[in-house]
Amino acid sequence: MRGWRALGLLGGGAILLLFPLFLEQYKLYLASLTLVYLILAIGLNLTLGYAGQISLAHAGFMSFGSYAVAILGPLGVPFEGGIIVGTAIAFLWGLVLGFPALKVKHHYLAMVTLGFNIIVFLVLRNWESLTGGSFGISGIGRPHWGPLRFLSDRAYYYYILGWATLVVASAYWILHSRWGRAFRAIRENEMRAEVVGVSLRNYKLMAFAIGSAYAGIGGALFAPLLTYIDPGAFTLDRSIQFLMMVVMGGLGRFEGPFIGAVVVTLLPELLRASEGFYLIIFSLAVILMMLFMPKGLVAAWDWMVCRLTRRTVSPAHPPPPPEPAAVLEPE
Amino acid sequence: MPLLEIRQLSKHFFHLSALSHVSLSVEPGELLGLIGPNGSGKTTLFNCVTGVLRPSRGHVFYQGEDITKLTADAVYHRGISRTFQLIQLFPEMTVLENLLMAAQERTGTLFTRLLRRDETEETDRALKLVEYLGLSGVKDNLAANLSYGQQKLLDFGMALMPDPQVILLDEPMAGVNPTMIKALVTHIQDLNARGYTFVVIEHNMEVVMSLCRRIVVLSQGEKIAEGTPAEIHDNADVMDAYFGS
Amino acid sequence: MTDVLQLFVAGVSIGAIYAMAAIGFVLLWQTSNTINFAQGEFVVLPAFLMVLFWTVFRLPFAAALLATLVVSTLLLGLLVKAVLVERLLKMGVLPLVIATIGLSMLIRYSLQQFWTPLALPFPALFSRAPIRVGEVIFTREELMNVLFAALVIGALQLAIRRTKLGWAMQAVAQNRNLAAVLGINVSRLVGLTFMLNAALTAVAAILVAPVYLVKYDIGIGIGLKAFYAAIIGGFNQIRGALLGGLLVGLVETYSAAYISNQFRDAFALIMLIGVLLLKPEGLWGIKEEWM
Repeated sequence: MRGWRALGLLGGGAILLLFPLFLEQYKLYLASLTLVYLILAIGLNLTLGYAGQISLAHAGFMSFGSYAVAILGPLGVPFEGGIIVGTAIAFLWGLVLGFPALKVKHHYLAMVTLGFNIIVFLVLRNWESLTGGSFGISGIGRPHWGPLRFLSDRAYYYYILGWATLVVASAYWILHSRWGRAFRAIRENEMRAEVVGVSLRNYKLMAFAIGSAYAGIGGALFAPLLTYIDPGAFTLDRSIQFLMMVVMGGLGRFEGPFIGAVVVTLLPELLRASEGFYLIIFSLAVILMMLFMPKGLVAAWDWMVCRLTRRTVSPAHPPPPPEPAAVLEPE
Repeated sequence: MPLLEIRQLSKHFFHLSALSHVSLSVEPGELLGLIGPNGSGKTTLFNCVTGVLRPSRGHVFYQGEDITKLTADAVYHRGISRTFQLIQLFPEMTVLENLLMAAQERTGTLFTRLLRRDETEETDRALKLVEYLGLSGVKDNLAANLSYGQQKLLDFGMALMPDPQVILLDEPMAGVNPTMIKALVTHIQDLNARGYTFVVIEHNMEVVMSLCRRIVVLSQGEKIAEGTPAEIHDNADVMDAYFGS
Repeated sequence: MTDVLQLFVAGVSIGAIYAMAAIGFVLLWQTSNTINFAQGEFVVLPAFLMVLFWTVFRLPFAAALLATLVVSTLLLGLLVKAVLVERLLKMGVLPLVIATIGLSMLIRYSLQQFWTPLALPFPALFSRAPIRVGEVIFTREELMNVLFAALVIGALQLAIRRTKLGWAMQAVAQNRNLAAVLGINVSRLVGLTFMLNAALTAVAAILVAPVYLVKYDIGIGIGLKAFYAAIIGGFNQIRGALLGGLLVGLVETYSAAYISNQFRDAFALIMLIGVLLLKPEGLWGIKEEWM
């Protein structure tokens, strides 16, 4: 199994490094966009998939990164400075938003984050002196390190790839620490997790804030990819798109965001239908998926991996634990 | 000073009273039995003590500190651990991971838990526990794939893992075969001799009578008796509560 | 002063419609733990149906109304319950949230693609001629909206207080397992609640359509306001949703008139966040026990 994994990593890395050399501009753009979405999806998977907190404000957090680089760039701040500022703002707002989230149950959290995304959108649209209002900001510059400039689409693809690698590695590092285990514990049995000393408050806040920070990074990389942003890029619809991405991929699985980002970015291209038809097919797919494959496309991926490595199918997923509710009822 | 003291504890669910004005204290090193018919509020009492439920009225003191309003994780950090009547594990973690999970929050801070990767000490302890409980053969199995008795033992092991001072056992013998019961009784006595304090909810009267030196009886949310096994055995109210008058 | 009063009536009039959607929302949550993210589309679809039956098929008003009610309770009540809820209910809250988000997109974009992306006019049900009371001017439409909403909500409240169905709904809301033990057919009750919700949103649709025009995407706003109303008022109480709906309608109307029309959507939200921070169970809700 180890050998297979190393081989897969090497092969994947080689493909990601080499294939942009042969892509035309539009496909290169799609590849870059997929990487940006991957970063965003990894963040949301941390928040929702691992710590079980629904966030419908991911596009709002993303906008902090986008606007940070778009506003700070012309002021002479280096691009990475913009990324750091945007990510920090997203992290801090993640903490702020995480707090009411602790007091309320998950269904309220959906509403709070949804509302937050709408407020962010309204502020972006109406704070014209800073954000350019509904006209947005255009001519967003791409990064350069001295003589090394990431101006061309291909060079910028590699720049994004670098960040994506960093994000994937850091997420892997976090999820394979005691934190990762605590997140899993919370998701598998929240009440029991609390009774083995897991501070739901600390971990949930951290999961929320780190997930939001990743959204900030993704947003910062997104703006120069399009070179133009306006508030319409950060609506609730986009937040829902990220949610679907993570759910389609497979919640709480490391592979999930990879699958989700690729499918959601490339599906409309493959269908070649008008946007309206695509959205109809997409929403139908989401409903069918919930009904028949609630664990996400990663379930199909697992099956394929098992086939390829000729391993016996790993034991079927065990039944869920008894509802905590049952324990807490008066005897 | 008692190690754990419960004063006038009440808990209502809507208009239903699950506990009313229950007081009891647990001395250090004690092995206290808690019995009562179904629905008498025993598990609710555990839930109130461990912070899983917030009592409606009354107080819980631990080593003189009022812990009534603490959340469950804070209570755990004080050194009170418990098992569950309906087993509560992390089903998609292995036996070893379940045990490590039970210990990891007891030391360090939030950030050392992210940065410090070394876990040899905890793993050693978990391996010793696995052996002590006779779970060595299944230590890498997912908790969900264990037999009922093994799950019960793992739940017990998770309560021991953080090296607590007080362990609350909620029907540890229910549904467990006689050999396993014997093993469990031995474990509890052994650990009690080493200084661990236990409160045990148990329906198996034989076990309670032989295991505990003091027994508290709850009925319909009220404490109706307290005393040595012999006293409880001869108490008419207790017999009434169990078999009706 | 006359302004204030006039806006009050306008606010209550729109708030009453939000309240109906919010009450349906709360009922669904109580009996089936469904957070219906498609509640807005549950209002839009009947509005389109009404346009279909009334102005396209040219049925008489009463017949069109009846047909709309029947079709929407069947589609949005029975069908949604049988296909989606039945299966996802036992899997927890999140799958249903995602599925209803999918459903809302499906309804919205199907209407846009297969019907029209444009706004359809909807004939006014009541005259908009001004009615003078002293110096204050109302329209008949505003007053009738309030009256109708009050009638429907009143009847519903009475039904829940007095009938066995209402009793069963309350029992399920408080404790599903216990309700099942008491011999309540929970699955059938969930179905009934979905039908009741669909009927409520259909009535709301017919009242709101002349005000908003009928367009495929108006559901987003209506659905959001129903959420806000339910949370602000209290998620576990019908009276809470009623209060929340009226408050949202009033805040929206007053803030649009006196503070900023651009930020009109923000004020209800700020109220929402304030309520969540200070009184998470809602202004008129009951604290929920974790049990």
